[in-house]
Amino acid sequence: MPGTTTVIVGAGHCGLAMSHCLAARSIDHVVLERAQVANSWRTQRWDSLRLLTPNWMTRLPGYAYRGDDPDGYLSARQVTAMLEDYAEASAAPVLTGTTVTSVRAAGGGYVVRTDQGTWRAPTVVLACGAATVPAVPALAWLVPDGITSVTPAGYRNPGELPPGGVLVIGASASGIQLADELHRSGRPVTLAVGEHVRMPRTYRGRDILWWLDAAGVLDQRYDEVDDLVRARNVPSMQLVGSPGRTVDLNALSSAGVRLVGRLAGIADGVAQFSGSLPNVCALADLKLGRLLDTIDAWAGAAGERFAPTVVSAAPLSLDLRSGEIATIVWATGYRPDLSWLEVPVLDRRGRIVHDGGVMACPGLYLIGMPFLRRRKSSLIDGAAGDAAELTSHLAGHLDALAGRRERSAS
Amino acid sequence: MTTTETPVDNGVNVEALLGVRNALPDTPEIAKFQWRSTVAWVNGTHSRSDVETFYGFGDEQQHHTRFSYDIDHPLQFAAQDKGVTPVEVVLVALGGCLTAGVAAVAQQRSIQLRSVRATLAAEMDLHGILGADPDVRNGFSGVTVSYQIDADATAEEIRALVAQSQKRSAVYDIITNPTSVTVEVG
Repeated sequence: MPGTTTVIVGAGHCGLAMSHCLAARSIDHVVLERAQVANSWRTQRWDSLRLLTPNWMTRLPGYAYRGDDPDGYLSARQVTAMLEDYAEASAAPVLTGTTVTSVRAAGGGYVVRTDQGTWRAPTVVLACGAATVPAVPALAWLVPDGITSVTPAGYRNPGELPPGGVLVIGASASGIQLADELHRSGRPVTLAVGEHVRMPRTYRGRDILWWLDAAGVLDQRYDEVDDLVRARNVPSMQLVGSPGRTVDLNALSSAGVRLVGRLAGIADGVAQFSGSLPNVCALADLKLGRLLDTIDAWAGAAGERFAPTVVSAAPLSLDLRSGEIATIVWATGYRPDLSWLEVPVLDRRGRIVHDGGVMACPGLYLIGMPFLRRRKSSLIDGAAGDAAELTSHLAGHLDALAGRRERSAS
Repeated sequence: MTTTETPVDNGVNVEALLGVRNALPDTPEIAKFQWRSTVAWVNGTHSRSDVETFYGFGDEQQHHTRFSYDIDHPLQFAAQDKGVTPVEVVLVALGGCLTAGVAAVAQQRSIQLRSVRATLAAEMDLHGILGADPDVRNGFSGVTVSYQIDADATAEEIRALVAQSQKRSAVYDIITNPTSVTVEVG
């Protein structure tokens, strides 16, 4: 059985960042990748998708964007190329086409089984992503036959969908982008809106991410927030990677997208929407106002304010059998898939228990989750800080193991 | 947020509420509640509902007394008007729930309240309950709640209080979202 010091599961930006940090400390490791580097960027992104963060923010340990469009937004293809280059430049020991089938604790370390053999290592880093599997609510089963259901992971472009009306469930980054794109394709679009994070693309003449970065909002640490569970479950920002273009609910509804409340149920083929739409919009407007106040307090003087979200009388139900809706897009988020992990790490609600990526089982680490150690942990730019700190912890754990071995030998 | 010399006191024991929340990860079963009421027909559209017991915190619980409510319809419905209508009880419940939430959230955010008043109104089309038009629903076509709040806080903070109260309100959720209802005959 081959051995190494650290097995990293997943060769996305987090796995590669971790590899870079381990290599800098000469910690022997392998990166096991089920397919190819940046697999989900190759296989689970729609054609028009671009990063929500500007190019200058595409930073990884030992890497910074040096192209000629620092204020642009990388396409999925460009992210793939960037990560390939990064893996090559860091000489990351990636084993592609290697699917991990189980990880279990054994003898103070871990046994990692794959379809290409078994590894033994005292430390394991789970870097397989927070967004591995689309999280579709159970009521999707109640959708009548004849309606096409897609998730953002499977969607590619409007041409692949049947003609006719589209119901987009979820108004975070994916939902608002797909609602916008499908509306532009000439389809009538209804957007079901629950709690969301309203965000202008630009504020005071700069990209909103510039302000969040500069004012330190993205650097807020996981051990500084009042309600970490809530912070880790905040939906993604209503942003699109397009210079100067804000796609908030006002932009969508004035373009002709019909807004309805959160999908609350489907009974006898009729979709029921929550009557809470005015309040979720009020909450998002107020939260945006507080964020802009925070930026102003940091920057001095006051910037512009955005018009309150306009909520007109929204229908509370929609008959899915009427033929009005041909497609439902479940932009209801993603979840990680750690079903192969044979180490107890889930709480009773199925959430992964970890302290800033350090798991209760010694030597087991997690990276790439929302607000893992900082608000920006879910962004590519968050990997560097998280990987550096987890590498320090991991190195300390290895030192402790080595010390224990020395003591037991003497 | 405005700071005050005297500690903020809206009469809400936020520590107790937070204590329950902090206990939940270890004892999730204490969160399982059941609310109950009984109803007995009196005469005509007049009935009396009693509320006395509930289940929660892992045990049978009891109000300090039995609360009784007369429910009827007004004289204009050719009824005796011995009490409020059931739909008005729904408004009473919503107003009570949201206002309790405003007080609790204000306490947690250290906002001193001086007065909180709200007017509630529900639109309803009688075609529904009279079975006169199948396209009209029985229930409310819309509810509006209008708050007037005097507190040591900015207008934005007060709007945020009211928004957060809706977000955490059971009755608001019950009204805005579908609920499965099973009615049996013993």
